Amino acid sequence: MMVLADVLLLIVLMLGLAIVGTSRLSAAVRASAIQGVALAILPLLLRDATSPTPVALVIATALGTLAIKAILIPHLLTRAIREANVRLEVEPTVSLHLSLLLAAVLTGVAFWIGSALPLPRPARSNLIVPIAFATFFFGALVLVGRRKAVTQVVGYLLLENGIFVFGQCLAQETPFVVELGILLDLLVGIFVMGIAINHISREFEDIDTEALSSLRDDD
Amino acid sequence: MLDIAIHLLVLFIYPPLLLGFIAKTKAAVAGRSGPPVLQPYYDLAKLLRKGAVYSRTTTWLFRAGPIASLAAVISAGLLLPLASSTAPLGFAGDVIAFAYVLAVARFFTMAAALDVGSSFEAMGASREATFGALAEPALFVVLAILAVSARSVGFSDIFGAHQFFSWDATYAVFIVSAIALFAVLLAENSRVPVDDPATHLELTMIHEVMVLDHGGVDLAFILYGAAMKLFLFATLLVRLVFPMGGRGLGESLLILLGGTLTVAIAIGVVESVMARFRLVRVPQFLIGAFVLAAVGLAVLFHRGIP
Repeated sequence: MMVLADVLLLIVLMLGLAIVGTSRLSAAVRASAIQGVALAILPLLLRDATSPTPVALVIATALGTLAIKAILIPHLLTRAIREANVRLEVEPTVSLHLSLLLAAVLTGVAFWIGSALPLPRPARSNLIVPIAFATFFFGALVLVGRRKAVTQVVGYLLLENGIFVFGQCLAQETPFVVELGILLDLLVGIFVMGIAINHISREFEDIDTEALSSLRDDD
Repeated sequence: MLDIAIHLLVLFIYPPLLLGFIAKTKAAVAGRSGPPVLQPYYDLAKLLRKGAVYSRTTTWLFRAGPIASLAAVISAGLLLPLASSTAPLGFAGDVIAFAYVLAVARFFTMAAALDVGSSFEAMGASREATFGALAEPALFVVLAILAVSARSVGFSDIFGAHQFFSWDATYAVFIVSAIALFAVLLAENSRVPVDDPATHLELTMIHEVMVLDHGGVDLAFILYGAAMKLFLFATLLVRLVFPMGGRGLGESLLILLGGTLTVAIAIGVVESVMARFRLVRVPQFLIGAFVLAAVGLAVLFHRGIP
């Protein structure tokens, strides 16, 4: 089971790299959807046999994660891409080559943090913490390095996925209700962003967030 | 003795078969029957019977190019253990020598291309140099993963008696480095999606454009060297995926031949389902391979060396 969990964690990392390296919005959304599937399976594999949480609740969380992260949000984002009629991230603020190299550096940093960070109790797999931090960093990188609103939403999702992975090593401490609450918050957040994307694209015929800097009234 | 005889036999006779299998796979996917798998051998035999015409603007460098690069590839082939765990030429640090001997082969191909004096070929040489420089870090990180996990920079130690890839502890690293190495293989051997070996006289090609002015025996040397280089990378990939340490010679030979044929078929499938990248996308592909391998190395260090 642990081997499978490690491979799954690695897949999460690879998908993060794919999102950092791609210029296609639909590919980024698809990668984040697959990441959602992996994250839904992860708690099932990492579950401690001695944990007091009932199995039904763990499965319910997994199904909730699957429904929201792998189906609902990607569906909303795909719709936003179609409505706003953009397909490519042209001229990101940080070039794709540089983002990939930065991602490698950030992965190194994440692994360093993973070995240096003291935890209340050892994680089930020693890949959890580094990969959680790496995914988190990738999310931050995509958030600041891209111009299109859709990609930034994907970056936000990556950020949240990193936190989700990190939550796995504290799973016993976090009640599952909190996880469900976070999922709901995330969904609402993406909803609001989707509406914002629609408004931006209707106003500027583009979803480039750079356009937002000229939102002043006076000129 | 038997080891060395088999090594030489496989190294010299087998490689063109891989090209035949790639062509056959591509034809099968496209629904054609395709040329026979032995076609590369017929091509080589035909080219070896031909004479060569040399332009008056070329110097000795142009004639030396194919010979030197084939010699370099053969030397690399003598450094890499094929079926057994030792190669005919093995010494401490041969991992690094392997990578740079292949770089020497590339250098001579490029020098010969520049010697023609055609801007078209020089353009190909320039691209080859750029992409070669980008593929090298990825290859080195993959080799570093091998070297770190065996705690040695000699191929005979790395592929030696012990099986360093048990299927659980460094499972993750092995997947990642195999993917990165496959990407390097595609780039180094000018296959789709980096380069298209089937096109001629097109502005986006890389390797083919450099050898346009070679003919006859020279071209045969170049094709043979390219096949051998492909075989060496495929061998590296196969030995990465299936550690052969501790197996008998017959069994490892079977793994080697079957494995490299599988790699050839995988290349054929990739070439059938993918289009070539635009040139600006190629560096990103190679940087991606490098990052993948670097992540593998980070995981390896983090998990602790077995």
